[in-house]
Amino acid sequence: MSASSAAAPGTGAKPNAGLAWLARIAELRAWLFLLILVVFFETWAQVAYGVTFFGSSYNLQSIAVFAVAPLLLALGSTFVIISGGIDLSIGFVMGLSAVVAAHGVNIAGHWLSPFPAMLVGIVAGLLVTLVPGKINGLLIAKLNIPPFIGTLGMFGVARGVAFLIAGGTTVPVSNHWFASLGNDRIFGLPYVVLVTVLFLIGMHYLLSQTRFGQHTYALGANEQATIRAGIDVDRLKQRLYMLSAFCAGIGGVLYAARFTAGAAQAGEPLLLDSIAAVVIGGASLFGGSGTVFGTVAGSLVIAVIQYGLVFINVEPFWQFVAVGCVIIISVLVDQTQRRFTER
Amino acid sequence: MATETGPILDVRNIYKRFGGVQALDDVSMNLYPGEVVALAGDNGAGKSTLIKAISGVYRADEGEIVLAGEPVHFASPEAARGAGIETIYQDLALADNLSIGANIFLGREPMRNMFGFLPVLDRRKMAAAAKETMARLDFHVSRLEAPVGRFSGGQRQAVAIGRAIYWNARVLIMDEPTAALGVPEQRKVLSLVQTLKTQGQGVIFISHNLHDIFAVADRIFVLRRGQLAGERRIEDTNPDEVVRLMVGG
Ligand SMILES: Nc1ncnc2c1ncn2[C@@H]1O[C@H](COP(=O)(O)OP(=O)(O)O)[C@@H](O)[C@H]1O
Ligand SMILES: [Mg+2]
Repeated sequence: MSASSAAAPGTGAKPNAGLAWLARIAELRAWLFLLILVVFFETWAQVAYGVTFFGSSYNLQSIAVFAVAPLLLALGSTFVIISGGIDLSIGFVMGLSAVVAAHGVNIAGHWLSPFPAMLVGIVAGLLVTLVPGKINGLLIAKLNIPPFIGTLGMFGVARGVAFLIAGGTTVPVSNHWFASLGNDRIFGLPYVVLVTVLFLIGMHYLLSQTRFGQHTYALGANEQATIRAGIDVDRLKQRLYMLSAFCAGIGGVLYAARFTAGAAQAGEPLLLDSIAAVVIGGASLFGGSGTVFGTVAGSLVIAVIQYGLVFINVEPFWQFVAVGCVIIISVLVDQTQRRFTER
Repeated sequence: MATETGPILDVRNIYKRFGGVQALDDVSMNLYPGEVVALAGDNGAGKSTLIKAISGVYRADEGEIVLAGEPVHFASPEAARGAGIETIYQDLALADNLSIGANIFLGREPMRNMFGFLPVLDRRKMAAAAKETMARLDFHVSRLEAPVGRFSGGQRQAVAIGRAIYWNARVLIMDEPTAALGVPEQRKVLSLVQTLKTQGQGVIFISHNLHDIFAVADRIFVLRRGQLAGERRIEDTNPDEVVRLMVGG
């Protein structure tokens, strides 16, 4: 941090309780947004239609399924953004994964029975993402290309390759196990939601309880300090972008399962939503802060807005306005908090 | 203290040239445990070059560096740090979003097993080490889990020093540690240096500020245009003489 930030003679010795409280609110802002939205849509549904919105398990499930794909992308972006980077390629890496998974299931189906054929497709869809992830990491870590530029390049490459592999159309899959993964439920919980919940718990563990997570935070706050602490920052960056691509891969595989088809453009509309989810969830685009559960809340905020506006039957275009407003408010809250709590 | 043993650091006849500039020209200095040595000199005198040669950033063209009786040749700052020579930099040192403990352990985080099988960060150990280390430096921090970005400049410097001594640094090098601090914070850092001294730590202290130097140093080495202009015990000299040594004549 700059030398001037260290001045403030005689003050700032202790983090005071009021500021800690402000920081806490800023940290939890996504949950507050969520609460406000819940109250808003419930009231609207009750008053306008005399029905419950959140009391309906159908609605809750729809919201959860809605939230899955952007959340998966956002989980990877949470790590990357905390580290001070950005990954613009994930939308099309997701598409690439969906197409490869679809082809994989089909091709393996010529030799194998449906269940192992599905597994082959899933593994292929996940593994293929490590290629763009690794290349992103090498560009950023070894060639020092800014993440914005490097992953923008990969956005184009992954997009082109995905469309080429797909032959310019969608790739339908016929495999009842795969379709079941995408559409069936266990104890009322859709498999795709279950997979996502298990995965996000793993990601929370990774971010909050491991050295990898700790070093990710350090990298986003002070790269020099991280290098000086003996951490292999190049390797860390490569892993971060591979993790981000892998998350997109899970999104792509689940997409292909849900629609029983792989499409190159599967993740196209999700990139901005996922980054918005991370930011609403409390991460700073300058790096150094953010949490997995914040991102979960951010994703739910977006999903509730999108689904809720459809439910109360207003023009769907309002969702762009609403999500945009939430992003701006969220960043304003973050900046205000920073101004007060940092020296 | 402990002057009956040899110096912890002995720098012998160091030369370093940058193109046409002889940045260090036959410079020798030494440091004993429990001693604070000040390096003084005008801008461009060679102070930073000297500590960079000691801390493994530069390789000297000629000369010898002896650490605790052993000649050493550091290929990198990491190697010097591994041998116990720690440089406290102003700004590069800390991750502002992490706690004191997490900063102390950055890159060497302790782990424990949750439920007997799941490795997780041992935050309790980190917090305990942070508390102990900061108390050792006479800095008492109430909120150990708060990110260090919320602390003042002097406290942050204490954290950086705390990390060094936690990992058994034998030689602490502080380049202008009181620059960019307010007056009360400067006092705190100076008393921190005193504390380190009473604990037997060797400290090399670079400063422009003669007041600071006379407040904490035991000896002073004055550099002028790459050469050693003089070495004095602090009780045998005064600011006037030091200035004369710095500017020559
Ligand atoms: N990396 C470098 N390349 C070229 N010249 C340098 C380099 N580092 C220092 N010098 C020169 O060496 C001399 C001593 O510099 P320095 O050690 O930084 O002095 P001080 O820290 O006492 O102000 C100066 O003339 C400076 O310009
Ligand atoms: Mg200097």
